[in-house]
Amino acid sequence: MPEINPFVIFFAAIFTSNMILSNFLGMCSFIAVSKEIKTSLGLGQAVTFVLTGTTVINYLIYHYLLVPFSLEYLRFIVFIITIAAFVQLVEMIVERYLPNLYYSLGIFLPLITVNCAILGVSLFMVIRSYSFVQSIAFGIGSGLGWTLAIVAMAGIRQKLKKAPIPKGLQGPGITLIITGLMALAFIGFSGIVRIQ
Amino acid sequence: MTNIWITVAVITGIATVLALLLTLADAFIADYGERRIKINKEKELVVEGGSTLLSSLVSNQLFIPSACGGKGSCGYCKCKVNSGGGPVLATELSYLSESDIKNNVRLSCQVKVKEDMEIEVPEELFNVKQFKAAVEISKDVTPKIKFLRLKITDGQEIKFKAGQYIQLIAPPYPGNQEEVYRAYSLASYTGNLSFIDLVIGYVEGGLLTTYVHKHLSVGDNVAFNGPYGDFYLQDTDAEVVLVAVGTGMAPILSILYELKNKGINRKATFFFGARTIDDLFMLEEMSMFERELPNFKFIPTLSKPQPEDNWQGEVGRVTDAMQKHLKADSNQEAYLCGSAPMINSTVEMLKKKGIPEDKIYYDKFD
Repeated sequence: MPEINPFVIFFAAIFTSNMILSNFLGMCSFIAVSKEIKTSLGLGQAVTFVLTGTTVINYLIYHYLLVPFSLEYLRFIVFIITIAAFVQLVEMIVERYLPNLYYSLGIFLPLITVNCAILGVSLFMVIRSYSFVQSIAFGIGSGLGWTLAIVAMAGIRQKLKKAPIPKGLQGPGITLIITGLMALAFIGFSGIVRIQ
Repeated sequence: MTNIWITVAVITGIATVLALLLTLADAFIADYGERRIKINKEKELVVEGGSTLLSSLVSNQLFIPSACGGKGSCGYCKCKVNSGGGPVLATELSYLSESDIKNNVRLSCQVKVKEDMEIEVPEELFNVKQFKAAVEISKDVTPKIKFLRLKITDGQEIKFKAGQYIQLIAPPYPGNQEEVYRAYSLASYTGNLSFIDLVIGYVEGGLLTTYVHKHLSVGDNVAFNGPYGDFYLQDTDAEVVLVAVGTGMAPILSILYELKNKGINRKATFFFGARTIDDLFMLEEMSMFERELPNFKFIPTLSKPQPEDNWQGEVGRVTDAMQKHLKADSNQEAYLCGSAPMINSTVEMLKKKGIPEDKIYYDKFD
């Protein structure tokens, strides 16, 4: 595989391979928490942080522990355990030492443990054989892309409160339709860069 | 074979390292040391920081009511946190009104004790205690309603106001694996400090009612905590209008004992609704009250009297009987106890009759 510039991966992860809008990962908290711009920005930051952290840890564990023992097939369970432990550890630290950050961001951390975008990034990193630097770029980029999508959605949903939406479509229904439209719009970026 | 060992070793190794990290973090990072909680500016508790306010208070014998056990899904455990509670959390928002937030009201099961705090709880919660008791009397007063007398066995005394309730605790029993508690109104006289009376109906599939009706017999040990509630007889001279259906009679009984035993001479009328004559109970007590209280009248009404009952009294719902017998007066207070539909329709009727809403007190069953 030709070496892709980490910057390309970074931008691709935000725009053309957006976790939500082209992979549809992490939908659960995307739909549940996208009601207010402020809270969704908080969740987005938390996701970005955890994504970057877990990608680094999982990269190291995968390449220095699983590969030498040829235990690659264990990556699912190992990644999941690491993510869960990492999130919990971060939550404890933030709660203790950064109370302000905890109130704006920390309460979302338990939600992220089971966010499939996080596991998705770790697995993509392995499947696409990224190098260490590429993985970090991919982690940060994916997090920012996820944040961009959820904040955009929250902005739209704040406007939607004033719109006459048919009863059956209110809430998750209209959110999913808008997500689809946003995904279509993001296809417009696909000519810029493409990673697989 | 080696492969299996390596796999197990690697997974165990990773899990051990992570478990160790988390345990260390829990011991050192999540250790908030001793914190002080000042309650109502007078009482002070010293607690181990890090757990929720609710569990810290309960472990110090201050029983804040909580129906969901601290899951943040009932909204009963509200209390005022004046300092040290941090900002309102997203998990509390759906249970707090705007005025709650302005008044520093929080859900004590969500607020964690991380620094010294100042809180306010209703004064009567200091009276709330956990009691151990034994069943002294258990009798069926109707086919579906049991009368229970619980004698307090741990030497404590219960002080309550006529109309308040306790939470009875059912331990795990065959068919139910976890401890549950439910609220029941006290039916006994407030002057009886060593026992309580409860009136408990049987609900198909109800966890606590099944326990009481199928598993509890005389001599058994039980536990309860209380008293709770702001439904109690007010200290005024207004005429008392009492309305209840079924087991809603319990707090009304306590109110009637209060009137009789304390020689309070207020005009009182008790409208009681049941289905058939078999569902009426405590009739001897009622005629005793009618004898002893010069201004008391008991008006039972049956919604479905059977032909063989040969019922001479009122027929219909309690609201029908009230429509007929209740004379509106500006100096009246109403005390209602029963199911939500009954309370709602009765409140509507009383308002139409001209009793102001703030003089209507009720205890609604869920």
